[in-house]
Amino acid sequence: MKQDKILLAHGAGGKLSHDLLKELFLPFLENEILCALDDSAVIPTGRSRLAFTTDSYVVKPLFFPGGDIGRLSICGTVNDLAMAGARPLGISASFILEEGFSTGELERVIFSIKEASMEAGVMVVAGDTKVVEHGAAEGLFITTSGVGIVPEGVDIRGSNAIPGDLVIVNGPIGDHEIGVLLARGEFSLKGEIKSDCAPLSGLVQAMLDTSIDIHVLRDPTRGGIATVLWEIANASKVGIIVEEEKIKVRKEVRGVCDLLGFDPYYLANEGKLVAFVPEGEAKRVLDAMKTEPLGRESVIIGRVVDENPGKVLLKTRIGGHRLLEPLSGEQLPRIC
Amino acid sequence: MNQQKRMDEGDRASIILKEILRLAHGHIRLMEVCGTHTVSIFRSGIRSLLPEGIELISGPGCPVCVTPVGEIDRAIALAQIKDVALLTFGDLMRVPATSSSLNQERAMGRDIRIVTSPLDAVEIAQREAQRRIIFFAVGFETTSPAIAAAVKEARRRGISNLYLLSCQRLIPPAIRVLVSSRDLKIDGFILPGHVSVIIGKSPYSFIAREFSLMGVITGFEALDILEGVYMLLCQKKEGRSDIEVQYRRAVKEEGNQLALEIMEEVFEPVSARWRGLGMIPESGLTLREEFKEMDAALAFDIPYKDKKDPPGCLCGEILQGLKSPPDCPLFDTRCTPEMPVGPCMVSSEGSCAAFHKYGVSR
Repeated sequence: MKQDKILLAHGAGGKLSHDLLKELFLPFLENEILCALDDSAVIPTGRSRLAFTTDSYVVKPLFFPGGDIGRLSICGTVNDLAMAGARPLGISASFILEEGFSTGELERVIFSIKEASMEAGVMVVAGDTKVVEHGAAEGLFITTSGVGIVPEGVDIRGSNAIPGDLVIVNGPIGDHEIGVLLARGEFSLKGEIKSDCAPLSGLVQAMLDTSIDIHVLRDPTRGGIATVLWEIANASKVGIIVEEEKIKVRKEVRGVCDLLGFDPYYLANEGKLVAFVPEGEAKRVLDAMKTEPLGRESVIIGRVVDENPGKVLLKTRIGGHRLLEPLSGEQLPRIC
Repeated sequence: MNQQKRMDEGDRASIILKEILRLAHGHIRLMEVCGTHTVSIFRSGIRSLLPEGIELISGPGCPVCVTPVGEIDRAIALAQIKDVALLTFGDLMRVPATSSSLNQERAMGRDIRIVTSPLDAVEIAQREAQRRIIFFAVGFETTSPAIAAAVKEARRRGISNLYLLSCQRLIPPAIRVLVSSRDLKIDGFILPGHVSVIIGKSPYSFIAREFSLMGVITGFEALDILEGVYMLLCQKKEGRSDIEVQYRRAVKEEGNQLALEIMEEVFEPVSARWRGLGMIPESGLTLREEFKEMDAALAFDIPYKDKKDPPGCLCGEILQGLKSPPDCPLFDTRCTPEMPVGPCMVSSEGSCAAFHKYGVSR
């Protein structure tokens, strides 16, 4: 029984999003670069390589603690470039505005875009605006695209993990999704958790300056670290073991998860990365990360193994184990 | 400090596990009635730690899973009425009904909204006085006091556009059906923690008295569950069958009197149909006479029509603990969380979804 209608879950970044891509998009658009399904496409152009990526932002609400749709639209695209190890060159931004949207709010969004791009060290070099009738879009949607240069010698791909690699995450997970959820107020939950929304280009630069031998980088956005680890285990045909005890989750985030039955490993992040680094390089890379503002809470959460290729095993706090599968269905729609 | 606490958790777990290993002889089958236990058991990897002879079986304790197809059909029919907004708990959205699901209906533009608290329904009804608001009330004793409180609050505020489609179910009558069945071979129960916070210990006493089976009311942390298993093993060793409380920090023997009183004031027990278990006397809750005008089933005149479960789906047997999800020919083939056939694959607390998600037994 195939779905004949698009459901919100098709946009959740989990299994259904994957199926949509595999069954509808790839059969028509298939090519070697697209099929890598990495965060950025890497296109060879003569002697250098160009990283290219695009993303649309439909977050609801437009403003939330720790960011807004403008900041998100820069960070998301900068981070996708960074996950290829690329230095960002320029960004384009397209705006779909709903008739009646406040120019004051638009100004706030544009100011955020300016601030975030300065933090990321990149400029918005092209743009477009369209206006649609009232009701045809909810306030404001933004699409950004970005290009960057992949430095020589850098080869970061989801399929590059090898047994012996250690897995590093740069801090506690789940802040973005729970922050946005609380900002919506629809679950009648009080409290404020700040989204972790931040450009990771500086952190990745510091990592690459320490060691060029980084195998995989991914930002665990929709679908969370569980989905990202599963994708890497499959793309690289390796097993991954991570330890629950090492993965940080803020107390407030855990509290909301317990209440709503969410699993923190599936929560979206917008300022986190998962790095796969050879064991011999891991300590130096970790130390370098810890000197960066966005890497202070970095920690090694696990390792890559030969056994169980395509599977991610979580060692639980009481010493048991379970599999981390990719996100199924939707956890929460429109979080980015 | 947090790190310290977690290290303790690992140490304490290994102490209890040692005791469990010492006591575990031969085969013992324990049923965790509640879906929250099922999820916690998988999440913490308890199955991977217990000796082989201890078999944990999931029971009928997921409210979404035991809601019959016919009731979801009825909710969909209500949502199709003009000016109606249907409010529901999120897990019900994806359960396949006869020809659609609440999710698909929402995609087609019906006003179907997810709430997390029955009191949200009161707020929405007050704010949107021109719409008729129907709350799809699904849940066990854990949720019923809050639903009763919402009904009373709506009455207090003079709200007249709020209705209830009540599919609330009670746990002890369902356990009675399970233990009366000859097919089910169970040695004891890991009894639900949250439900017992409300109802206390005595509603389960028949399990020990009439059927000589043991039960331990257990909390939801991994350590609680390990201790619950340990307490059941102790009973077995000593040849006792009692109802005991492990979850002492939350459960009082007599339950929560205030909650029980408000439930009693607003609802009365009726015979109710459970998916998998069929009709069970006095196992559902309906609005009492003085609140009947809020009963959506009466106000909108949409009768309940019994529907068969989808062909091949073993949810019924799985809910009774007679079959395990991997026994079902549809499990992980035609029935997955993306394209669920039965409710046990939909609900986050359903056994099939838990087996699929945590994939330990495959």
